[in-house]
Amino acid sequence: MEIFGVSLPGLLSQLLLGLVNGSFYAILSLGLAVIFGLLNVINFAHGALFMLGAVITWMAMNYFGINYWLMLVLAPLVVGVFGVVIERLLLRWIYKLDHLYGLLLTLGLTLLIEGVFRSIYGVSGLGYDTPELLEGATNLGFMIMPNYRAWVVVASITVCIATWYVIEKTKLGAYLRAGTENPRLVEAFGVNVPLMITLTYAFGAALAAFAGVLAAPVYQVSPLMGQNLIIVVFAVVVIGGMGSIMGSILTGLGLGIVEGFTKVFYPEASSTVVFVIMVIVLLIRPAGLFGKEK
Amino acid sequence: MKSKLKALALMLGAAGLATSAVHAQEKVKIGFITDMSSLYSDVEGKGGATAIQMAIDDFGGKVLGQPIELLTADHQNKADIAASKAREWIDTQGVTMVFGGTNSGTALATAKVAQEKKRVYFNNGAGSSALTNEQCTPYTVHYAYDTVALAKGTGGAVVDSGGKSWFFLTADYAFGHSLENDTTAVVKAKGGTVAGAVRHPLNASDFSSFLLQAQNSKAQILGLANAGGDTINSIKAAKEFGINKSMKTAGLLVFLSDIHSLGLKNTEGLLHTTSWYWDKDDESRKFADRYFAKMKRMPTDVQAADYSATTTYLKAVAAVKSTDADKVMEYMKKTPINDFYAKGGVIRPDGRMVHEMYLVQVKALADSKKPWDYLNIIKKIPGDQVFTTKADSKCALWK
Repeated sequence: MEIFGVSLPGLLSQLLLGLVNGSFYAILSLGLAVIFGLLNVINFAHGALFMLGAVITWMAMNYFGINYWLMLVLAPLVVGVFGVVIERLLLRWIYKLDHLYGLLLTLGLTLLIEGVFRSIYGVSGLGYDTPELLEGATNLGFMIMPNYRAWVVVASITVCIATWYVIEKTKLGAYLRAGTENPRLVEAFGVNVPLMITLTYAFGAALAAFAGVLAAPVYQVSPLMGQNLIIVVFAVVVIGGMGSIMGSILTGLGLGIVEGFTKVFYPEASSTVVFVIMVIVLLIRPAGLFGKEK
Repeated sequence: MKSKLKALALMLGAAGLATSAVHAQEKVKIGFITDMSSLYSDVEGKGGATAIQMAIDDFGGKVLGQPIELLTADHQNKADIAASKAREWIDTQGVTMVFGGTNSGTALATAKVAQEKKRVYFNNGAGSSALTNEQCTPYTVHYAYDTVALAKGTGGAVVDSGGKSWFFLTADYAFGHSLENDTTAVVKAKGGTVAGAVRHPLNASDFSSFLLQAQNSKAQILGLANAGGDTINSIKAAKEFGINKSMKTAGLLVFLSDIHSLGLKNTEGLLHTTSWYWDKDDESRKFADRYFAKMKRMPTDVQAADYSATTTYLKAVAAVKSTDADKVMEYMKKTPINDFYAKGGVIRPDGRMVHEMYLVQVKALADSKKPWDYLNIIKKIPGDQVFTTKADSKCALWK
């Protein structure tokens, strides 16, 4: 059976590959949405934090022999602590200002972090081997699926859903959401809002690093890896609706798939299709697909 | 008395201006513009600037009695930035030679500016054969390699060894199209077929989808008509998805920095064509060791060519005692190039520097005896067999 000249197995395999890329989009845009929701900061440094996660994983393996599985926990912790430093030292001072200042500050941070690693490692990238347990590929009949990519989908969707659950369904999440709506009132109830904000940023940074660890064996670990992804992820957040948790997860996965199909039918447009969708969505629903108009 | 003094002062001033104008014209300034920060920056980038500076220093740092100056800039792979920077350099800094870098889109745009302003234009990093074919100019020197040479070198060798049906994975811009077209011509001329091609955006991160399309074509050979970071990610993904079990990969443009990044495990056996290899002979090793001492990496063929091209230009300026582009070009086109990079190299009327190219194969890990020991030279291909022939040329300057 063929659809527009492409066989059904061919389409199925592209759907799966799109899902893999969509997983990265989902987990990164989730972090952006969480940070924007509570801090009102457009965190342009997200791509650099993603890259840090991957580079730290590579460094741990090459300099200290620390394996992938341990780094899956350690790298987000390290980058999370780095996030605390950024929030306490820098972001804290600009909450009262326009969004633009946060964007510029985090963009500056990005250039700084990427520049440092570029001057040390160059841009061709560093190879990171797939962990032994996930080596090889499984024949699904219609395609050969590398085991590691399947793991990426499972791991990122699990983390995404756990995050959604914590924010939307638990008491801690309720505090967070309340803090977003009216920080003063929540503070009056004895909740330490500044601490909550710091930890939220750290958590967003940790999510980016987690995605970075997942990406290390798939892409070459390179100082530029975040740059390539972050612009798309921003578009994903805008399409999903700034600050919407579930929106960013679903949009991330969905756009990964749309992009996957574009690669089959009109590959030349695969790097722009997300932005075309962004324009259309903004025209029809300015607050994004899942966003609430204020 | 007062007016006499004034007149004298004016005269002196005018004379001063006049001499400084002459000197400004005769001072050699090289403006090097390449990708300094993105996917091609390991191929040339800062290493290219280092090689050019080494050539200037080895030349004595001076020519025509004035110090030689090197300006560098990052074009960020954007043709408009490259062209406007070149224009600014020529107009306000008096750059006498524009040295274009990687990325054919930027190279073609800059060549036009150099032609308009009558400045010598060298390029090593960019591949598009259009630089010395459809879009040739009297001031362009395309020095290291081009897509025709890669197509004839690698494409020819692969078809000869039985790889008759091809599928291309092509970077969607001037260079990729040029490489795909030139290779297609070689494959068809030798009785092969092209099953199809997929064109990916420059600097794509995920190649798996494109590779599955290649696999579905059932072609024998996966021709990578891309470069730098894109080639690295393609080869990596091809291995991950087991594409290399059903298809053989031909890297049409592979640099030493790509192999270093991927490791021999991922690249073993990869056939490709290069304009130079650091371990080729004693002279080359000598240059490579000096470069290594500065950069802690072995030079790519493009970086070696940067050194050689700079020397060629400076020698010409010294010989004609002028920076005048027409005089320098005339001298360079009649003077053969002999150094560690090229033996008996000739700059043709169309601006193509014709020299020996090398068909190489990546060594197996077990055969690599020292750091950066990556390639076996399979065949030395004489320049006149590998670059565009007069019959195929559409350059008006070579008729």
